[in-house]
Amino acid sequence: MTDTAHQVLLIARRSLVRTARQPGTWIPPLAFPLILMAVNSNGLRAATHLPGFPTKSFLAFFVPFSFMQGALFASGIAGTDLARDIDTGFLNRLALTPVRGSALLLGQIGGVLGLGAAQAVIYLSVALAFGVHIDAGAGGAILILVLALGAAAGFGTLGLWIALRTGSAEGVQSMFPLLFFLLLLSSMNLPRNLIEVSWFRDIATANPVSYMIEALRSLVIEGWNLEALALGFGVTIGLTAVSLLLASRQLRVRMART
Amino acid sequence: MRSRLDVAFGLAYRQSTILLKNPSLLLPPMLFPLANFIAFAGGLSRLRHVPGFDFSGGYTGFQFVFVLLQSAVFGGVFTGFGIARDFERGFAKRLLVSAPQRSGLIIGYGLAALFRWSLIAIALTTVALIAGMQVGGSGIDLFGLYALAVIFNQVGLLWACGVAMRFRTSQAAPLMQTPVFLTLFLAPVYVPLHLLQGWIHGVARLNPYTRLLEAGRGLLEGQPTEIASAFLTAALLAVVFALWARTGLTRAERAG
Repeated sequence: MTDTAHQVLLIARRSLVRTARQPGTWIPPLAFPLILMAVNSNGLRAATHLPGFPTKSFLAFFVPFSFMQGALFASGIAGTDLARDIDTGFLNRLALTPVRGSALLLGQIGGVLGLGAAQAVIYLSVALAFGVHIDAGAGGAILILVLALGAAAGFGTLGLWIALRTGSAEGVQSMFPLLFFLLLLSSMNLPRNLIEVSWFRDIATANPVSYMIEALRSLVIEGWNLEALALGFGVTIGLTAVSLLLASRQLRVRMART
Repeated sequence: MRSRLDVAFGLAYRQSTILLKNPSLLLPPMLFPLANFIAFAGGLSRLRHVPGFDFSGGYTGFQFVFVLLQSAVFGGVFTGFGIARDFERGFAKRLLVSAPQRSGLIIGYGLAALFRWSLIAIALTTVALIAGMQVGGSGIDLFGLYALAVIFNQVGLLWACGVAMRFRTSQAAPLMQTPVFLTLFLAPVYVPLHLLQGWIHGVARLNPYTRLLEAGRGLLEGQPTEIASAFLTAALLAVVFALWARTGLTRAERAG
């Protein structure tokens, strides 16, 4: 194993252990999307009576939102942990060691992926247990997990960039409502063609989060919709790449060895 | 009585000044209901075409009442976060020592919660009117709607105050807001009660918040329904949580 890979593993393990040791950190991100899934899938069930609604099960329609919400929570955790490292001087001490910046970032992202994987498996299991049928079959279910992990990596890296940029946990937490607003302004509750208010439909169309949700949703209720998948994966990869670029640049500033 | 009011007004003035001087404390509680309002009223308006949807005031008005009551109760809960912070920083202990009438502290926090929410209510109402909300109710109906929201604001504050004074740490914040959040969403948020199906219909029927929500929507629509029942429920909640807050204060006093 190369030095860098070893460093990545060590930092990812630290990130995971740190999260696991604080139940107050990981229980809400696991439970909250499940609660919202239970409440909204019943509260909005009447929407399935709308002409043109693509499925008879609102739970099946709504499940992808849980993955996105989980990814958003993961970004908050990753960002807050890194911000705390900056605040406590851990990052400065790390800068005195031979650890590579790329290893630090990838290790932190590895920690996010660990939590994201646990979340995705639990959300999918609960959905299946409550009768959701994955139209794309077992392969589709695996792809859902891959896309959910991609979303966790994308939002997680964005959280790391915000932490590196602001250097404070409060800074990361204050961005959370803004990111959550992105979810609210997407096609999370209704398909875009059924959104009546034109300005909202336009915002949802311009909002990249809509395409991530629609890709996940297509696997659950449509089967293999290649256009939706291409858009979803494209946005996810784009988000991760841009966030990684921003975070790497910011890390160089933070870890400047003088 | 006079010293109790002096304590209340002094504390309310301090809390309100802190709020106005810290945008980070003022803006998130204001943006959260606005974001919900935009997302629900804008994104879900097609739901008014669901067979059986009988609210005549439009979907914007239907969601406005939910978000108004939500902002009211969360205005109280967010003030509760401030109480916990005061305990963590030792300020509340000094208050307990110096206040001649300690129950004035709860009244003071209550006034601060009301001030905080009034700012949010003005912003929310302005946005709703700009968005074309139809108001069918008379002046008296609207007064009733906002009066219900004021009581609900105090219910939220009294609940959070009781929790904050028992735990005396900001880490109790999830305990303050999660039950409130669940209560709000286990109600007819998106469609009227009779259109809810399954277990959520049963839960929503028993949820006291449903009475407030339905009465509020009736008042905005100009077709008041079950107003007495809603006000009675709100008053009952206020009394129960006032006791909860008062006993919380007693515990804080004992803890020293």
